[in-house]
Amino acid sequence: MTQLALVIDLNVCVGCHACVTNCKEWNTSGSAGALSDDNPYGKDPTGTFFNRVQTYEVGQFPKTETVHFPKSCLHCEDPPCVPVCPTGASYKREKDGIVLVDYDKCIGCRYCSWACPYGAREIDEHQKVMKKCTLCVDRIYDENLPEAERQPACVLACPTTARIFGDVHDPDSEVSVAIRELGGYQLMPEWGSKPSNHYLPRRKNHVSYKKDELERVDNPLKKEDYQVDASEPSLDDVTSW
Amino acid sequence: MQPAFSVIFLTTLIGMGQGLFLALYTGQVYFVLNVVDKASTVTFYSIGSAVSLGLLMLGLVASVFHLGRPERAWRSAAMWRTSWLSREVIVLPTVMGLIFLYGLVHYMGWNLTVMTIGAVVIDLSLIIGLVTTLAVFSLYIATGMIYACLKFLQEWHSPLTVINYILLGAVSGFTMATLIAAYKQPELIPFFAGWSIVLLVLAFIFRGASLIRNKRLRPKSTIQTAIGIRHNQIKQKAMGFMGGSMNTRDFFHGKTALFFRSVKSVFMILVFAIPLVMLIIALIKPSVMILAIATASMYLGLVAERWYFFAEGNHPQNIYYQVIA
Repeated sequence: MTQLALVIDLNVCVGCHACVTNCKEWNTSGSAGALSDDNPYGKDPTGTFFNRVQTYEVGQFPKTETVHFPKSCLHCEDPPCVPVCPTGASYKREKDGIVLVDYDKCIGCRYCSWACPYGAREIDEHQKVMKKCTLCVDRIYDENLPEAERQPACVLACPTTARIFGDVHDPDSEVSVAIRELGGYQLMPEWGSKPSNHYLPRRKNHVSYKKDELERVDNPLKKEDYQVDASEPSLDDVTSW
Repeated sequence: MQPAFSVIFLTTLIGMGQGLFLALYTGQVYFVLNVVDKASTVTFYSIGSAVSLGLLMLGLVASVFHLGRPERAWRSAAMWRTSWLSREVIVLPTVMGLIFLYGLVHYMGWNLTVMTIGAVVIDLSLIIGLVTTLAVFSLYIATGMIYACLKFLQEWHSPLTVINYILLGAVSGFTMATLIAAYKQPELIPFFAGWSIVLLVLAFIFRGASLIRNKRLRPKSTIQTAIGIRHNQIKQKAMGFMGGSMNTRDFFHGKTALFFRSVKSVFMILVFAIPLVMLIIALIKPSVMILAIATASMYLGLVAERWYFFAEGNHPQNIYYQVIA
């Protein structure tokens, strides 16, 4: 079983919102019709977005860290939004695990948005149907595109490679390795929805050593200690850099 | 959550319509079993069924305003295996059809005796009424479960939600039946008013239990689980946009804490206190006016109660939308 998903690396996300704009651009230009975007330059701009980048501050000043946190549909393995849909417009694909909405069946009752703890679904105020991240299902299988571009728009836009796309059920995929080796985790695990998208935590690389590890104590004959002869000039003494 | 008036009217109107049917049928069963000696007249059954049907229809009309694409509403019967909303969509017209049939049988006088057990005569309307009663309870359960099945809306995720939909619907229907009795057949007032008071007390106990339960709830989701960072001090600095979106509009009532609290007091007075006094007065000195006040107060109160019920639901997605920038 395939389960396509995104892995988002909070260690490298710089909060540039490029994924947000590229997502909106791709998904407003597709065959499903435009995504709502009202008063984009006016007083109360509003519209439908599949992806947002939020910013959090962790810790107390001055020991704070700014964490940029992109959030889109997590394509849960057990999506709570799907069984509540009365028409069957919301469904999870057997083939690749993407949670999708059939815009031709949706009656716009908003019940699925109530049933999503992550707030990942947004109604389109013009088409009056529920919309959400499709993992760019209209890109990733498009054989007219070069193979390297068969990825979600947000992934292609990310300048720091904070977003990785792949099959989280394949243990050898790039995403699975990243989750396994870098401590990937899920959001709100308390509800049992098992999100497929994972987040990689902030990481600090510290080398820890003890002072005695800087000096070799296990070489009593000093056989390698050829540099210590102070009578000879060193390289620094005979050259001018 | 942001209460939607279409859903408030849907749930209160169909609740009252179903309760009114239960009142009519309770009266019939009590008479058939010789518990009471006054039979409801054909006029009473006909008007009662018609009003019940009218309330259900108004509820159905109100629900249409909740849909973005009402022309596709027929599709919503498809997923009855998993969706309580779909089940409600199927049971609601069934209940309406059965109540229509029940009223029609009474109105046309098609009282065919199906069988006789001892001195008890079971006629056609009694059988239809039994089936309708089962359907009415299924509808109450479906309506309540739409909200009670959402486990992360902790305020709703409780059997009390379903119990309160049943009790509040029943008490409003019985009060309406008392009003119709005052209008058409005053000798039935003590029976319906008595039942209304019993249901009112039960509804007060269970609605109160729900308020106490919800006050003591602790949210399972926190900002730590929402973004997965284990630190005691996390503040949102930006939700990612400065305008509004569905996330900021649909999941919070947007009123002050004072307004929110006062709605609770208002519905406690309008649903329980005023109708209780009026029903007791009606038992002593029946009048259409007194019972009209009781019914109107209860319905208005239920609108406030339903608003409060929706507004009280605290959706975990709100954690992600606290600070504009």
